[in-house]
Amino acid sequence: MTEFTPYASLAGGLLIGLSAVLLMAGLGRIAGITGIVGHLLPPWRGEVKGRAAFVAGLVAAPLIFTLFHLPLHAVTVAASTPALVVAGLAVGAGTVLGNGCTSGHGVCGLARLSPRSLAATLTFMAVAFVTVFIVRHVI
Amino acid sequence: MRIALQAIAGLIFGLGLLISGMADPAKVLNFLDLFGSFDPSLILVMGGAVMLTFVGYRLAFRRGQPWLASRFDLPVLKAIDLRLVAGAALFGLGWGLAGFCPGPALVSITLAGTSGLIFVASMLLAMTVTQSWLVRRQQVAGADAS
Repeated sequence: MTEFTPYASLAGGLLIGLSAVLLMAGLGRIAGITGIVGHLLPPWRGEVKGRAAFVAGLVAAPLIFTLFHLPLHAVTVAASTPALVVAGLAVGAGTVLGNGCTSGHGVCGLARLSPRSLAATLTFMAVAFVTVFIVRHVI
Repeated sequence: MRIALQAIAGLIFGLGLLISGMADPAKVLNFLDLFGSFDPSLILVMGGAVMLTFVGYRLAFRRGQPWLASRFDLPVLKAIDLRLVAGAALFGLGWGLAGFCPGPALVSITLAGTSGLIFVASMLLAMTVTQSWLVRRQQVAGADAS
């Protein structure tokens, strides 16, 4: 069980939106984690430094909580090692093939009213709902 | 300046994921568990993010040009094809299995112990292999055409 956290979740969502708007207003870029990380992996193409800075900021975010002694939401991973490997491979291959993930399609794409991103978001949400249903209630 | 802006954007994105609870796979899986321990929090994460981005993008586009770049670099692909749907489906499968998507996996890399490392290593490996394959296939197609 996890608790319903409407205020914290809305506040967090607004921060994610703020980050996406900053990247667009500042650099004209989509805040898609798949695209940003993809540019940092072989075969390297496009500008690397700025994208590396974005990922560094992302990875450093927990430090802010430590620095200001703020309570940090627990991160609980229930999946087994084989499941994590399969899941990681599926997420990596799927996001590259589909050109985006929850951020690029789910946030930036929907905000641009892109039909392509809507199709991608509906697809990954539907498959994720079915996967969790099978894993938790069928198997 | 451009690099600093991206570092700050990454940090804000990470703080958003952590504060919202989306960095926690347990919370994500409960959101996806409609017929079990359903936790609707993620609707507010996505809703808040999409609404603010919708408004902010419009204001940004109205200005005609980004602050630090010559033009807006928007996705050119429009087609809803098999590659998009198959990719999204594969992503959905992985997301449903572990509760991690790329952003939350990276932001919680220092918090999720070995499990987080295993997921991220597998994800980065598959991203590298897949995009290398796509580029090679494109080059072959290009060579055929010329």
